[in-house]
Amino acid sequence: MVALVRSVSDARHSAEISDPELQCAYVAAADVCDPEVPVLTLEDLGVLRGVQRDADGQIVVRLTPTYSGCPAMHAMREDVMTALGGIGLANARVELVLAPAWTTDWMSDAGREKLRAYGIAPPLGRAKKRGLFDQESVPCPRCGSSSTEKISEFGSTACKAHWRCLSCSEPFDYFKCL
Amino acid sequence: MANNSARFHYCLRLADNANVLAHRLCQWSGRGPTLEEDMALSNFGLDLIGQARSLYSYAAVLEGAGQSEDDLAYLRDANRYGNVLLAEYPNGDFAVTLLRHMLYSAFYYPFYVALSSSADEELAAIAAKAEREMAYHLRHSAEWVIRLGDGTEESARRMQQAVKVLWPFTGELFETDHVEEELVASGVAVDPESLREQWGSTVAGVFERAQLSVPQGAWMQSGGRRGEHSEHLGPMLAEMQFLQRSYPEAQW
Repeated sequence: MVALVRSVSDARHSAEISDPELQCAYVAAADVCDPEVPVLTLEDLGVLRGVQRDADGQIVVRLTPTYSGCPAMHAMREDVMTALGGIGLANARVELVLAPAWTTDWMSDAGREKLRAYGIAPPLGRAKKRGLFDQESVPCPRCGSSSTEKISEFGSTACKAHWRCLSCSEPFDYFKCL
Repeated sequence: MANNSARFHYCLRLADNANVLAHRLCQWSGRGPTLEEDMALSNFGLDLIGQARSLYSYAAVLEGAGQSEDDLAYLRDANRYGNVLLAEYPNGDFAVTLLRHMLYSAFYYPFYVALSSSADEELAAIAAKAEREMAYHLRHSAEWVIRLGDGTEESARRMQQAVKVLWPFTGELFETDHVEEELVASGVAVDPESLREQWGSTVAGVFERAQLSVPQGAWMQSGGRRGEHSEHLGPMLAEMQFLQRSYPEAQW
């Protein structure tokens, strides 16, 4: 077995894979879009933890959930299997891994920029432990103003909060820092 | 790793806590006081169901008897459930629900931080995910305890009443029995006594901002670990388990 992904910085080095079939599997899985935030690929989101062969030679795509109860996990699995089936690798399987735990640090810089361009404020900086009563300040993804306010801690999905810009008046989603 | 039976029971209790509280929170769906809070409570429930699924799945592996996560959640009676009584306490009003959640999260946030260093790698991995979720559960529920406690005369009265009814269920969080003591000794489980100071200072800090008083010398209820539950758990499970009991192995 070859473990391909060991850390955030390793996560996007599909070029290191020498087995051509594994490389195709990696690229196919990496290009699958998140079912709830379709502007991001699974690779951008950082939930693709690598592709490897098990002891019997079967291709195993390893995914990690964002939140423990992420309802999109099932759809991600199916979409990856469909993508692999499309390149003749339907006998592969998807395996869920929990460790190391996903945080928004696993999201690529390209992914953050795609989110912003799509109108969703990307997670701010790096995941860190915020004090119990510390407040966040999130810049508007449309006009860049820092004069914004939170409307709701939870938005259209578990990973997003709902905010409003006080300068351009646009409401927007914020991909919360986890 | 040895002591599979102890780890099975430990894992199952953690799963039951998350599952029972999740079901209580889901009972708010469509009934929240505002759309934002309706979504918040449902999202908390969703996180807890996710935690429960991981824990039940692992418990099933530890048991090695061919049961699934669904079998463990849906086919056990109340006297087989090992959750703390706080988790099953009925929703009551919004003050009771949010205070229950704050008291629970103030314990389970540091609990999962500690469990993420467990000698059991699978438990550690589940805990590392749960920890981050419990952190924002605590933040959100603490904000509401403060807003209501330090709010209008009516909201303050209700929050102080919630403190009175829920406080007797907080002592049980720190109990252990032979199952847990054995696992604490082998570095698998968290000694809840080690969390007492942090829990106490978190709760005291929130109560102070909320202008709520901490009950002194209250009688503490106990029994959840032994399957001795309040009269509220049975009816809740009857509702939750109805589908799997009536249509065994139903899938969706």
